[in-house]
Amino acid sequence: MAGMLQLEVATPERMLLKEQVREVEVPGAGGALGILPGHAPLLSELGNGRLSYVLENGHRKWMAVCGGYVEVQSDRVRILADSAENADEIDVNRAAAALKRAEERILNPLPGIDVARALNAVARAQARLAAIKSAR
Amino acid sequence: MPSLIDIRRRIRSVKNTQQITKAMKMVSTARLRRAQERVINARPFSRMAGEILRSVAAAASGAESVREHPLLQPREENNVQLVIVSADRGLAGGFNTNLIKAAQQFIAERPDQKIELELLGRKARDFFTRRPVQVSGELTGVSLTAGLPEATALAEKLTSRITAGETDAVYILYNEFKSILTQKITIRRVLPVEVQAGPQRDYIFEQPPAEMLARLLPKYVLLQVLEAFLESAAAEHAARMTAMDAATTNANDVINKLTLYMNRVRQASITREIIEVVSGASALE
Repeated sequence: MAGMLQLEVATPERMLLKEQVREVEVPGAGGALGILPGHAPLLSELGNGRLSYVLENGHRKWMAVCGGYVEVQSDRVRILADSAENADEIDVNRAAAALKRAEERILNPLPGIDVARALNAVARAQARLAAIKSAR
Repeated sequence: MPSLIDIRRRIRSVKNTQQITKAMKMVSTARLRRAQERVINARPFSRMAGEILRSVAAAASGAESVREHPLLQPREENNVQLVIVSADRGLAGGFNTNLIKAAQQFIAERPDQKIELELLGRKARDFFTRRPVQVSGELTGVSLTAGLPEATALAEKLTSRITAGETDAVYILYNEFKSILTQKITIRRVLPVEVQAGPQRDYIFEQPPAEMLARLLPKYVLLQVLEAFLESAAAEHAARMTAMDAATTNANDVINKLTLYMNRVRQASITREIIEVVSGASALE
């Protein structure tokens, strides 16, 4: 159908989503990208954050994606994420706990703690929480 | 002539073995399906990542940093790292034997090169730790469950060593899952990465392609390692399933033969007794 995008979200371990959508908002590494059908071909890295898409019936859905790549063609968006979860699959308590743990590590860095990794963990947990919050 | 009791005991023992092989076959059959699913689920990502890699490589091919990138630059192979993906357990037909033979052949073919082995699975470790080869690392106990975390750790090690110049090339040797009945020993060069630049499309690049490529390459290596792990796990289940199926059938044959033999022995002893009785009676006449 004209005016729709084929959205494909894959992680190394599984194909998460394959759906016709009206629009997609992607957390690019350099800021959010809104993509509508007919977009010029584009390749970008992904940041950590919230991805949202609008289904044919107008419902908006969210998921959390962390790192990876996005490839856009006029009728197709492919997301290759290092990890991705649908908003309704995310465990709120686990994400919140992970966020707290990671923040603690940054505030009181013990020797041998990899701060870059902890920062990354914070970003991932925040992406998850943001996705849940939007889905509610 | 063996006594009846001996033969009966033998039959019972074979039956017990048969029950074990049957159970192992069923376990492998059930798990094979899941392992196969993991292989299939991982395929779309690998395929897409390959396409993206080719697009990025095409766009970045001019840059100097790309031509000299340590993960891309083919060089003379003096120090070679060979990753062997074996199983933790046996009773899987030729699964481990064929793999180890292929590894030995690989080593024999390259007498001038220094080869270091990275061993996965208990079987490869047990075999090679007792032989005069260099082992750079080993991982056991996860041959059937290895997934993203294990693959990530290994891929990081492989890429960092080649970047540091400690190795010149990395090969991975594993059983590829062809079908339930066949496993194919596969050897593949993982590093340096060989990229056929794809058709150059006019993508808008949010990041400079050369930088993107530099970050994409380690991930591509990870995917190849992961693929080998998943394929090998599925192949191991399939190999064990066929091997145990054959063993169950063989046990049946043995039981049939022994039963026949036992009946013959019994018949013989009855006949002998009758003759004894008859000849005893005729002696009295």
